[in-house]
Amino acid sequence: MKIAIPVDEKRPESSVCLSFGRAPYFLFYDTTTKETYYLDNSAIENPSGAGIKAAQIIVDHGAQALLTPRCGQNAQEVLLRSEVLVYQSILGTVKENMDAFEAGELTLLSDFDSGAGRDGR
Amino acid sequence: MGDKSAKIAVLSGKGGSGKTMVSVNLAFLSGESVYIDCDVEDPNGHLFFNPDGVSKEAVTVMIPVVDESLCNGCRKCVDFCKFDALAFIKNRPHVFENICHSCGGCALLCPEKAIWEKDKVIGEVQSGVSHDVIVSTGIMNIGETSGVPIVKHLLNKNVPKDLPVFMDCPPGSSCIVMENIRDADFCILVAEPTVFGVHNLSMVYDLVRLFAKPYGVVLNKCLFGKNPAEEFCIEKNIPILGRIPFDPELGALNSDAKIAARESERFRELFGSLLETVMSAHG
Repeated sequence: MKIAIPVDEKRPESSVCLSFGRAPYFLFYDTTTKETYYLDNSAIENPSGAGIKAAQIIVDHGAQALLTPRCGQNAQEVLLRSEVLVYQSILGTVKENMDAFEAGELTLLSDFDSGAGRDGR
Repeated sequence: MGDKSAKIAVLSGKGGSGKTMVSVNLAFLSGESVYIDCDVEDPNGHLFFNPDGVSKEAVTVMIPVVDESLCNGCRKCVDFCKFDALAFIKNRPHVFENICHSCGGCALLCPEKAIWEKDKVIGEVQSGVSHDVIVSTGIMNIGETSGVPIVKHLLNKNVPKDLPVFMDCPPGSSCIVMENIRDADFCILVAEPTVFGVHNLSMVYDLVRLFAKPYGVVLNKCLFGKNPAEEFCIEKNIPILGRIPFDPELGALNSDAKIAARESERFRELFGSLLETVMSAHG
């Protein structure tokens, strides 16, 4: 299974980025092959619609799960309709989150924000 | 005195600097005139005028609708959308109406003609009369992306050609403000005597110069001592149209939605002299 995580830095010791749509990078990790790669988030400069674009990147890269501390409703719509599961990340490093996911310790995100990203001005 | 039918845009870089106070009082003192509240996110000029016989009209924009049976999943529309209002989900475009800027590009581009456009109500304009003043107000629905179509509607709609028009503009220097400036014969920039106020003033100043419009500054909330906004005007050689004191009585009248020039001789004189200066400055 391929998972995606918004990260602050391109390394396993990085913290998980507090923002999904405006994270600087995404980490993709394949739990079967143990392969990882990082991707620059091209949505970061979007005046609006960053969540939608970021979610699109996750979907286009074939991830089936997203680990994130927060997620907006527009991104949620893209992810859920594309059958990507959204998990609540835990405090700690990216590596710790990958391990927690594989150990089945993460729960699905239940609160999706409506506020941010609604305004393009 | 200049041309009586002038369109005057009242602008400021930031909210709360006194645009509504200035435009409401100038329109009131002009007698037969038009006041247009273009601050569609938070219009409050109507509270001062309390107009009668208010009529309402909905403002709509075009939003794309995808006919999935015609769509071949080429993704051209999704890749084209500069606002990321379209997502590509399970091989089909999905429209986010609240992000869409109604450019119509996706419908034009679709090779299968699978996208058509529907009307979507984004707000309304209200129009009424308060004594001699025609009062128009634009109201945008909460959550909408852009008030520009509402301002366009306000300014295109039956604005009498032979009356002075005062446009109470939204704060800032974004697209919606440009829509106002484009139409204006003269721009009044209302400025606060703070460093922050100057920063915002300089943005609107750049904008009115970009549009090559005649302009001048009203210094609001003037206190004794240094006024950074005044210093900015002197440095840039910007005409100062008037000075409004930082006055508790004026503040109280204004926060009660009273037209100061109607309530007090002192403020009638203050805004009256400002009106004269504006009318002769633009003409």
